[in-house]
Amino acid sequence: MTLAIREKAPGFTLPDTEGREHSLPEGEVSAVVFTCNHCPYALAWHDRIAQVARDYGDVRFFAINPNDAERYPGDSYEAMRERVERDGGWPLPYLRDESQEVARAYGAQTTPHVFVVDAEGAVRYAGAPDADHRDPGLEAVWLREALDAVLAGEEPARAETKPVGCSVKWRA
Amino acid sequence: MRVEFLWWHGCPSHPEALAELREVLRSEDLDPNLIERREIESDEQAERERFPGSPTILIDGEDVIPPDDGEPFSLTCRVYRLRDGRYSATPDPDDLRDAVKRVKENR
Repeated sequence: MTLAIREKAPGFTLPDTEGREHSLPEGEVSAVVFTCNHCPYALAWHDRIAQVARDYGDVRFFAINPNDAERYPGDSYEAMRERVERDGGWPLPYLRDESQEVARAYGAQTTPHVFVVDAEGAVRYAGAPDADHRDPGLEAVWLREALDAVLAGEEPARAETKPVGCSVKWRA
Repeated sequence: MRVEFLWWHGCPSHPEALAELREVLRSEDLDPNLIERREIESDEQAERERFPGSPTILIDGEDVIPPDDGEPFSLTCRVYRLRDGRYSATPDPDDLRDAVKRVKENR
């Protein structure tokens, strides 16, 4: 089950594509995005999410790939590393959730599935980046609106939306 | 002309892709009801049917957007590119239209 709005976001420590470990910070606003390599929705939304990460320097961003790489080799740790290298680096760390425990703890359903966490560690937005993966002009506006509200100490007008994308590929 | 629409329920793109395929057939004066829909339900079936992901559209047995060599057959969402280079979960309708036209012309 996906975390409810205002529920405490579970902490995590996961490795990025360089092997460095990253943890959900305390006292800072964060955006946690479950994503992957092989899904057209995740690929289509990636540039928009990366641009939000560039635009919101006071927010910590994490991209997390939880997919079963045995059935979906395109989501292996090695494939993640190659993708980031091919892109010349990302503005947010791309983390491997090999055990899938983090995705389970958040109740991630799809790639992408976006969570905004406030400085007190509570989930304040969960859902899609915006309304249409095929329209880059939307600029991940739902994510941006949620971040603007949380940074201003306000309630996001749209706290939950339906996540849209490929199902998270759980291990059998 | 045989038009097959292969899909997997785990990928949400199939209703939109089917609607766009219907529209393309209509625009080419073909009956959208000729589409044969087939749900792919297991990795074994995906392998057997050479299904690289959902949705896959075949015209007279040929994939309208041939997958890359070595692309695995499995239950997954298929990655398409629109004509302007954007990633998409559904094929570009203009690519569908061109495929239909090619088959019509070669008949």
